[in-house]
Amino acid sequence: MKKLFQTLGAGFWVFVLLLLAACGGGTSTGTGGTPSSGSNLNIVFLPKAINNPYFDTAASGGKKAANELNGSFKQVGPSTASASEQVTWINNLTTQHVSAIVVSANDPNALAPALKQAMAQGIKVVSYDSDVAPDARTVFVNQANSEDIGRVEVQILGKQLNYTGQVAILSAASTATNQNTWIGFMKDELSKPQYKNMQLVKIDYGNDDDQTSFNDTLSLLQAYPNLKGIISPTTVGIAAAARAIESVNKGGKVALTGLGTPNQMRKYVKDGTVQQFALWDPGKLGYLAYYAASALIQGKITGKQGETFSAGTLGTYTIGANGVVLLGPPTVFDKTNIDQFNF
Amino acid sequence: MKLLRKQLSAWSWEALLVVLLLLTIVLGNSLSPYFLTPFNFSLMVEGFVEIAIMSLSMTLIIIAGEIDLSVASVLGLASVMMGITWNAGIPLWLDIIIALAVGSLAGLVNGLLVTRLGLPSLVVTLGTLALYRGLAFVILGSQAVSNFPSAYTNFGIGDVPGTLIPWTFVLFVLLALLFIVVLHRSWIGRQIYAIGNNKEAARFAGIRVDQVKLLLFVLSGLLSALAGIVLTARISSARADNALGFELFVVTVVLLGGINIFGGRGSLVGVILALFVIGGLRNALGLINVSGDIQNIVIGTLLVFSVLGPNIAQRIQSALSRRRLAAGSAKNV
Repeated sequence: MKKLFQTLGAGFWVFVLLLLAACGGGTSTGTGGTPSSGSNLNIVFLPKAINNPYFDTAASGGKKAANELNGSFKQVGPSTASASEQVTWINNLTTQHVSAIVVSANDPNALAPALKQAMAQGIKVVSYDSDVAPDARTVFVNQANSEDIGRVEVQILGKQLNYTGQVAILSAASTATNQNTWIGFMKDELSKPQYKNMQLVKIDYGNDDDQTSFNDTLSLLQAYPNLKGIISPTTVGIAAAARAIESVNKGGKVALTGLGTPNQMRKYVKDGTVQQFALWDPGKLGYLAYYAASALIQGKITGKQGETFSAGTLGTYTIGANGVVLLGPPTVFDKTNIDQFNF
Repeated sequence: MKLLRKQLSAWSWEALLVVLLLLTIVLGNSLSPYFLTPFNFSLMVEGFVEIAIMSLSMTLIIIAGEIDLSVASVLGLASVMMGITWNAGIPLWLDIIIALAVGSLAGLVNGLLVTRLGLPSLVVTLGTLALYRGLAFVILGSQAVSNFPSAYTNFGIGDVPGTLIPWTFVLFVLLALLFIVVLHRSWIGRQIYAIGNNKEAARFAGIRVDQVKLLLFVLSGLLSALAGIVLTARISSARADNALGFELFVVTVVLLGGINIFGGRGSLVGVILALFVIGGLRNALGLINVSGDIQNIVIGTLLVFSVLGPNIAQRIQSALSRRRLAAGSAKNV
């Protein structure tokens, strides 16, 4: 054994010493680091991945809120959307004793143990955009009220079509939970009396695949020559459908709306293929998330249902069941406002 | 005196690594007051254990003159196997065995393609990097399985009672000791070095080169699967995208550790030192909120440096010894 250590040389001893030095000291899970004081707003955003226009827009909203509140804003995160990388970042932030982590989770459960450890150290945790397990955060700032999203798409199309004609839906996969919930509210909206002259003739599933959605749109246009409008509640579907409508020169004759991002839809809005579409504004989402985190830090809210807090220019918000705060109705994009958005 | 010099040159890379490690510690401590806390060290090693485990088998493979780029994909595949077998109601101990078996099988396929068909391991494992990851996504899609029992997930994030030493780190230390003994103290280790130094000579010396290499690839698959089991426990989620891109860290650690990319040279002590250098550096950068992209630049630079460094050192050394030889022969005249 002695010979072994001799051959392995000094390196091994350095390694052993470091190990002892680093681990020997700790006997409890706490570090005794001083938690930040209530007024110190050291709030860090941890998106699914950095360098993503959607999250960068949310970050600019967070920054704006930080300026108004005189707090500090930082955004950190992995370069690719990975749950395990996010765990490493949460641990880094926990060690630093930041006052709050605002996170959009790549996986609701993978992040939970690390976030719970952060909460145990006195760090406030707010999720936005994509929730984590409810016991691993205090507040979830939800961008999408399913009912609003479903209804607003039908309302946009109804107005454009003067409430008459055949319409179809181009969805994602037939099993997609979000889309199916929204379609449920679309059907409910369509059953209202003002839509009595609008018929939903087909729900098609493009599987969130660009090529499939493109081909399905062409088939819809062929199978229903009198089709007046299409709703595509998925960002992949709406872009493919716009391209398909344009490729057969039906732009302006068949109305298209749904959920899309300004950057992918800008061209079609400007050339008239699409008049209006909807999505939440990630800037407002980041803004609200920052305000929610600061309200938690300052002890104005604790995450209980019914508590209210003020969110600057957005007004006052109330915490709903399970600590969920709703951003509000989706933003409608058209020719007049689309150039104000870059995501 | 002569002996001392010989000893020094043999350990020169390790000495450099010790200096690098001290620099990392000084740098980390000056960048963040939290760097040298036991709590941080505990979290740091916990987050680096998977890479550390895979570095052990990667060291052996690179010494033998081959490479395995599919390690992180095998990790992902093993994680997915844990998830679907657990979901199917199979008891946990059997899930672990199945995941390890699938990992070994993945390594066996790599090894057979390299040894039986004589294909370069760089190309074979680049192919299986995509193949195994693709397979993982086909099996589990973008879902996650996360209802594992707490006894298992506690192993992933728990510490030895009364200390801040993570259980998974204990596992790594045991494995590292085993690998050190096998590589530096056993006939298998000597055979691996012989193969990496000169494959033909090793064959003539009676070493069954292909069999040893095949064994190393299976071992690499097995350890990658083990890393997958550890990661799945640590983040209590089986996901197809687990450890995406980790092969970069594993190869960087091994090469920075002084393992020659052309095989035949290097020691595990260097690799272990390099683990702490890279782990510490990444941790320090994370603590001052340096983004993932910049961290990748640092890791990439270290990788290039670790291939370039020994190369330059060797050239200088051979130039010096040529001069010494010339001086010596001049004296003899």
